[in-house]
Amino acid sequence: MNLISLFRRRDSAPVARERLQVLLAHERAFVGKSDLLAVLQEEIISVIAKHVTIERERVQIKMDRGDPISTLEIDVEVPSAAAAAVLSARPALA
Amino acid sequence: MATVIVVTSGKGGVGKTTSTAALGAALAQQDQNVVVVDFDVGLRNLDLVMGAERRVVFDLINVVQGDAKLPQALIRDKRIDTLSLLPASQTRDKEALTAEGVTRVIGELREKFDYIICDSPAGIERGATLAMRHADAAVVVTNPEVSSVRDSDRIIGMLDAKTAKAERGEKIDKHLLLTRYDGARASRGEMLKTEDVLEILSIPLLGIIPESEEVLRASNLGTPVTLGNPNSVAAKAYFEAARRLRGETLVVTVPAARRSFMDRLFGRRAVA
Repeated sequence: MNLISLFRRRDSAPVARERLQVLLAHERAFVGKSDLLAVLQEEIISVIAKHVTIERERVQIKMDRGDPISTLEIDVEVPSAAAAAVLSARPALA
Repeated sequence: MATVIVVTSGKGGVGKTTSTAALGAALAQQDQNVVVVDFDVGLRNLDLVMGAERRVVFDLINVVQGDAKLPQALIRDKRIDTLSLLPASQTRDKEALTAEGVTRVIGELREKFDYIICDSPAGIERGATLAMRHADAAVVVTNPEVSSVRDSDRIIGMLDAKTAKAERGEKIDKHLLLTRYDGARASRGEMLKTEDVLEILSIPLLGIIPESEEVLRASNLGTPVTLGNPNSVAAKAYFEAARRLRGETLVVTVPAARRSFMDRLFGRRAVA
C-alpha cells in the first residue's frame, strides 16, 4: 500500500464489473426458469415427506449465487419423535 | 431496401428518446430518408425532443386502428425534409397497440423510407416487445452503471428470442450505444469502462456518447443535437454512430477526459 492509496477509497468500478459478471452468468442460465427454486422446493418436500412427517412451512430453501460455485441451502426441520406422532395423527400435510 | 432499427434499453432514463432523435436526424443529414416512430404509448416524448409537440394531429394508434391514414399522421421535420416523425398517442394506453396493426404500419413505412427508427418504451412489456418486433437491427442504449447493464442484458436476450427475425431463425444485428459516459470518472476507476461493458454484454460497439451539457440543451430546445450543435462532441459521436449503422467501419474514439486548469481549480466535473 502506497501513500496515495491510503488517501483514496477503493475503486468501485471493478466491484461493479465483478458483481455484474456473476449475476448475469446466473440470469442467463436461468432465463425462463424463474420459478426454479419453487419447483425444487416442491419436489424436495415431496421426497422427504415420503419418509418423514414434515411441515412444509418448516422447509427453507436459499440460493447464494457465487463465482465459481453457487450454493443451494436446504433447511428441513424434522420434528422430534413425539411431535412426529402428533403430526402423523393429523391429515397429511405434504 | 428499408432497415428497421429499434432503440431499446429495458431501463428508463438512459437516453433512448434522445438517441432516437439524434441518430434519426444524423441519418437524415446524411441524405437518408428517415422516419422516427414513438412506441411509448401514453408517455410520448419523442415529439417534444424533436420540437414537433405542437404539430401532432394524428398518431400511431390512430393509424393502427384505421382512424387515420399513415400520411396524415406523419410529421415532416421543418429543418430537414428527409426526416419524419410518427408520434405515439398520449391519451390511449398500450393495449391499443395491436400486433397486426403494428405489422401493417411497419410494412407501409418500409415502402416510404430507408430507415425506420422505433423508439421503444422502457420495460419489457407489450410496448417494448412490439417496438422490437419487426427490427432488422437494434441499438441497445446503456449507461455505464450496474442496473442499466443488467437490464440491457435482459433486452439482448429478448432481441434474440422474441423478434420476428429471431423467430425465423435469423440473427438480429445488435449494437451497443454507451451513453452518459464520463471518461474522467472511468479512468479514475469510479465508473465502468467501455471495455467492461463490452465484455459483459458482448455485442459490438456503435458509439460512446459522453455526458454532455449539449445533450440536455438539445432536448431543452427541441432540436436533435446533430442539428442544433453539429460540432459538439456528442453530435460528432452520433454522426459516427449513424455512419456505422450504415455499414461503415470507423474506429470508435473514447471521449477523452479533458479538464481545463480552471475546471481543476474549481473542482468542476469534466465535460468531454
